[in-house]
Amino acid sequence: MKHLSRDSRHPVSFELNGRVVEGFSEPRMLLCDFLRHEIGATGTHVGCEHGVCGACTILIDGKASRSCLMLAVQADGTEIHTIEGLTRPDGSFGILQQAFHENFALQCGFCTPGILMSLSEFLKDNPDPSVEEIKVALSGNICRCTGYTEIINACLDAAAALRASKAEAV
Amino acid sequence: MPEFVLPEEIREGDTHVGRRMLRIEDRSLLRGEGQFVDDVPVKKGTLQAAFLRSPHAHAEIVSIDTSEAEKLPGVFAVLTGREAAEQTDPLIVGFENPIDYYGIAVDKVRYVGEPVVAIAAVDRYRAEDALELIKVVYNVLAAAIDPVEAASEDAPLLHPRSDSNCVSKRNFVHGHPDKAFADAEHTTELTVRYPRNSITPMETYAVISEHNEETGGFDVLSNFQGPFSVHTVMALALRIRTAALRHRSPKNSGGSFGSKLVIFPYIVVLCVLARKARRPVKWIEDRLEHLSAASVAPNRVTRTEAAYNSDGIVTALRLTHWDDHGAYLRAPMPAPIYRMHGVSTNGYNIRNLEVTNHIMMTNKCPTGAVRGFGGPQLYFAVERMMHKISTELGIDPLDLMQRNMIKADQFPYKAIAGALLDSGDYLKTIEETVSEGGLDALRQRRDEARAQGRLYGIGFAACVEPSQSNMGYISTLKTGMERERAGPKDGAVASVTVSVDALGSVNVIGDSVPQGQGHQTALSQIVADQLGLEPNDIVVSLDTDTAKDGWSIAAGNYSCRFAPASASAAHQAAFRVREKMARIAALRLNVPPGDIEFSGGKIHAANNKDNAIPFYRVGGLAHWSPSSLPDDVEPGIRETSMWNAPELTPTTANDEINTSLAYGFGFDFCGVEIDRDTGVVRVDRYVSAHDCGTILNPGLAEGQIRGSWASAWGATFLEEFCYDDDGAFRSGSFAEYLVPTATELPDFQLVHPTPHPSPYTRLGAKGIAEGNQYTTPVCVANAVADALGIEDIQLPLKPAKVLQWMQVAEPAPSQGGTTAIAIEGKSSAIDGSGDMHVPASPQEVWDLLLDPDQMARLIPGCERLEQSGDGRFNGTVMLGVGPVKGRFEVAIELTDLDEPRRATLTGTADGPLGSSRGQGSFVIEPDETGSTVRYDYTVELSGKIAAVGGRLIKGAARQLIDRFMRSLVKQAGGGTESEPGPQRSGFLGWLRRIFGGRP
Ligand code: FES
Ligand code: FES
Repeated sequence: MKHLSRDSRHPVSFELNGRVVEGFSEPRMLLCDFLRHEIGATGTHVGCEHGVCGACTILIDGKASRSCLMLAVQADGTEIHTIEGLTRPDGSFGILQQAFHENFALQCGFCTPGILMSLSEFLKDNPDPSVEEIKVALSGNICRCTGYTEIINACLDAAAALRASKAEAV
Repeated sequence: MPEFVLPEEIREGDTHVGRRMLRIEDRSLLRGEGQFVDDVPVKKGTLQAAFLRSPHAHAEIVSIDTSEAEKLPGVFAVLTGREAAEQTDPLIVGFENPIDYYGIAVDKVRYVGEPVVAIAAVDRYRAEDALELIKVVYNVLAAAIDPVEAASEDAPLLHPRSDSNCVSKRNFVHGHPDKAFADAEHTTELTVRYPRNSITPMETYAVISEHNEETGGFDVLSNFQGPFSVHTVMALALRIRTAALRHRSPKNSGGSFGSKLVIFPYIVVLCVLARKARRPVKWIEDRLEHLSAASVAPNRVTRTEAAYNSDGIVTALRLTHWDDHGAYLRAPMPAPIYRMHGVSTNGYNIRNLEVTNHIMMTNKCPTGAVRGFGGPQLYFAVERMMHKISTELGIDPLDLMQRNMIKADQFPYKAIAGALLDSGDYLKTIEETVSEGGLDALRQRRDEARAQGRLYGIGFAACVEPSQSNMGYISTLKTGMERERAGPKDGAVASVTVSVDALGSVNVIGDSVPQGQGHQTALSQIVADQLGLEPNDIVVSLDTDTAKDGWSIAAGNYSCRFAPASASAAHQAAFRVREKMARIAALRLNVPPGDIEFSGGKIHAANNKDNAIPFYRVGGLAHWSPSSLPDDVEPGIRETSMWNAPELTPTTANDEINTSLAYGFGFDFCGVEIDRDTGVVRVDRYVSAHDCGTILNPGLAEGQIRGSWASAWGATFLEEFCYDDDGAFRSGSFAEYLVPTATELPDFQLVHPTPHPSPYTRLGAKGIAEGNQYTTPVCVANAVADALGIEDIQLPLKPAKVLQWMQVAEPAPSQGGTTAIAIEGKSSAIDGSGDMHVPASPQEVWDLLLDPDQMARLIPGCERLEQSGDGRFNGTVMLGVGPVKGRFEVAIELTDLDEPRRATLTGTADGPLGSSRGQGSFVIEPDETGSTVRYDYTVELSGKIAAVGGRLIKGAARQLIDRFMRSLVKQAGGGTESEPGPQRSGFLGWLRRIFGGRP
C-alpha cells in the first residue's frame, strides 16, 4: 500500500463521465470535496458526511459508492459517473431523468443526484423491479421532501421505458 | 443547451393554473446544474469557517486559550464570544426579555453544541485542525432539561437577568370559561407531552459573508429562508444601517421545512469573523452541527381541561402550555404557540376558552420554525382530548368530532380566539373522506382483528390548516398596554414584480425564497394566464437580493405563505401589467381598454380576434416609443405588487387575533395494529384529505402533501432529539436521529375532497404543505389509544415504549463474561464492574497499575502521562469511538490509597470530541495463583462523543476493557519489575478504556 505524506498535495486523476480530470489533493481530502471544489463537479451533493444520507452517491467503476466515505486519493485511476453524466450528449434528459421529471420525483433536488446514481446502478441489474425491490434499493438514500412515492413511480416508469427502448444506460 | 421541450401533459380547461404542469426547476436540478450556496463560485481568497462548540449543557466559561490556534499556518481569524459581544448588540426578539443572545456563547454555555469560538482558515480542514488547539476551561453547572421542572424555584437558572426559566407567561380568557366549567355536566383533563423534532433538510446551513468597506456593512449569501423581518434583527445586532446589510439567496435551497429561518445568528457571527479576517468567509454546517445546534420545534407539555355535556358537545377548553424553547429565544420565537393561538379550538364550535402559555428556557438547542409551526403540539392536545371525551361518554370518536364541528353555513367563522376561518365545509370533507377512504370496511377489519385477539385500533384527527401568517400575531404575547406603546402590527405583505421588455419577453421576480416547492413553475402558470402567454415564455427568477428586489418584512418561505400570498402578488402584478398593456393596445386597436383580451401571444379586441397586435409589439412600444403611449401611461413595463390582505388585522384589546389569512381543512383516519410481542405499531391503513381551496398545480400540491406525510410519519414513529438528564445530547447523527427511508414509510390513500376556495386570496388558493404535520401524529396516537385503551401516549412510538405501555416487561439483555456495562435509560453514564485474575502478587499488580510509564505503554493511544502533584496525574491520550476520534487532556486524582489493596480515582477528560467525568475504584485481592482485581466505574459523557457515539460506546467499552485487562495479565505474567511508587497511577487506563481507544 502506498504511503502519502500528510501535508503535501498529491496528484489525483480519474475518468469523470467519460473525460479524464486531474487535480491535487491532500491525503485527507474527501472524494466529495475533491469532486465539488477541486474539479467543480457540484452536481454531487453532501448531506451528512457520515455515510447515511446517500446524497453523495456516485458510481465508481460501476458500483454505487459514497463519495463522502472515500478519500480523493483513493479514487485515483478509477472511472467515475455522476449526475452530470446522465444527460444525453445532445443535452436532453436520459430515461431516468425524464421519468423523475414527469413524476414530480424531486422537490429541492438536493438528494436527487445520489438517488439517480443509486437507481441507475440498480436498474442495470434489475430491468423489471417490483415496488418492494425499489424500496430496498432506495434504503440508503434519504429524501426529506418527497415521501418517496413519486421516486418509486419514476423508477417504475424508467424501468418500463428502458425495457421498451432496449437501451443500456439510463 | 438545446431548447427544452415540455413533454405531453394533461391539460384541464384552458388555463395554466390548475394543470399538472411539469416543473421548470427540474431542468437544471436533474442535470446536476442547480445552484445551492456551496455551488456558487466564491472570490479567490475566501476562507472557511468552523466553530468550536460546547460539550456541556450548562457551564461557565472560565477561560479560553486560543494562542496555539492562532499560530497555526492558514488561520486568519479567531473570534470568541466575548469579542463578538463587544462588536455586536444582542439579537432582539419581539418582546422585552432577560436574554442576551449573540449567536455565540459569552461567559457561559447553555446547550451542547453552542458555538464558543469561531475560526476562519484557508480551508475547512485547517479550520478544524485549529479548533483542536483551543483550550477552554469550563465550570460545569447543573442543567435544566424538563420544561415543567425548569419552572420550579430550585431549577438551575439559565439567564441571570431573569429570576425564572419561564421568561414569558400569558393568560388568555376568551368567552366565559370559568362559568362554562362551573355549569358543565362533565369535565375531564389530560396532560400530553409532544417531543422535540425537526425535519432536518438534506442541505444544511450555508453562509458566505464579507465586509463591505463602501457601505460599512456586509454582503451575505446564504440559504436563509425569511421572514425578512429578521433582516432588521441582524442589522441592529451588527450596528449597521439595514440598507448596508445586503443579503442574497441563491436560486436553490436544499429543503428547509422551517429550519433555515434561524440561520441568522450565524450570519451575524460570520460577518464579524469576516471583518476580522479581512476576507470573505464561507461556512457550510455539517450534519452534527445541524442536528445538535441548528433548530428544532419546541417540545411541549400541555394540560387540557374540557367541559362538555352528555351529548358530547364541548362547551369550554382550558389549555395550559409549557413550551420548551431551549437555551435562547431567536426571533420570531416563541412564535409557534402564538401562530396557532387564533385556532386554539381547531375546527370546533367551542365558544369558551382559556389559554395559559409558559415560555420555558432549558439547556437544549434553541428552537426555530419547523413545518407545522406550533400546530402539531396544539392539535395533539386538542384531538387527544376529543378522543378522551368520546371514550368517557361511550360515543364514537368521529361522531363526537362531527357534533362539535363548525357547520358550512357558519363561514366565514370567527373563532373565539380570533381566527377568521374563511371558507370550508368540514362535515362534507369528512363525509367524502369517510366514504372514499372506506371507513366502514376499516371498522369491519378492526372487529375481525379484535375477534382474533389482535390489538387493533382506529384513530381520527381533524385540523384547521392556517396559511399566510399575520405579522402581528406575535404581539399577542404582549399585554394590551405594551401593544399600545409599541404601535400596531398586522398584515403580511408579499411582493412580486412582473416586467415586459422591449421584445415582449416577460420576467418575474418574487420574494418567496423557494426551497424546492416549485414556485417558479407555479408563478409562470399564473403570469402566463394573465398575459395570454405560455409558461415557457415567462422567466421566473427567485434568487433574492435585498439591495435590489422589492421586498417587505414578511418576505420568505414559511407558514404556507406561497399559495395565498405570493400567488396573489403575482396575480396582481401580472394583472397590472395586463391593464397597462391593454391601455397601450387599446389606442392602437381603437377599442376601449375594457374590451381588450390577451391570448396566444396576442392582444386583441374581445369581439374581434383579428383586430390584434402582437404582445411583443406592445412591449416594444412601451420601451422604444414613449411618445406613442396614452398620455398618463409611464414608459416601460414593470409592475410590482405589494400585496396584503385587509383581513389580517392587529390583535384586539381582548387578545383576539386572526393569526392567518386562509385556513384549509384536513381530515385523516387510520387503522393500526400493535404486535403484542414486539410493541411495533404498524400502520395498516391511512387515509388523508386536505381541502386547500384552489389547487395551482396538482403535481406540486400532491408533492407537498406526500412530503408532509413522510415527515409526519417520521415524527410519529422515529424522530426525537434526545437529551440525558444532565443535558448531554444523544442524537448527533442520522444513525441516532432516525428519519424515514423508502423501506419503512407506509403508503397512504390521498382523498381529494371538494375544494372550498378562499374568498380572501386572489386565486382562492390556501396553503397545503403542513396538513399531515397536524393530523398524522395525533391520528396514529388516537388509534394506539383505541387499540390499547390507554391514555398517556407519547411520541415517537418506539416499540420499547409501547411494550412498556402494554405492561409487558422487556427481557433483560443477556450479559456475557465478567464485564457488565449498562447504559442507563435517561443518562449517558456508563456504569461497569468486573473482575480479572492476574498471575502476579497484589504488590506487583499494584506497582504496575500505579506506574505511569508502564501504563502509558499499556494504554492504547496514550501519548503522555505524568505526575502533576500529590496524587494527581495528567496526560494526553488519543481516543476514538466509532466515527469520532480525538485527543483528550486527562486529569486524574487518586484518593483512599491502601497499598496494595485498594484505591479510588476521579478524573476528567476533555477534548474536541467532548468531555467526560468519571469515578472508579479497584480492589486487589490475593488468590491461589496470584491476584484478583475487582473494579467498578461510572463515566458520564457529553459533547460529540455522546451525541454520535451513544450506540457504539457500550460495545467499544467492553472490548477495550477486555483488551486492557488482557495486556495487564500479559504484562504482569511476564514478571515485570518496576519501581514501587506509592502514588503513581496507571489506573486511568480503565477510565480511558471506557471512552474507547485506538483500535
Ligand atoms: S453525504 Fe455521503 S452519505 Fe451523506
Ligand atoms: S427532493 Fe429535497 S431531499 Fe429529496
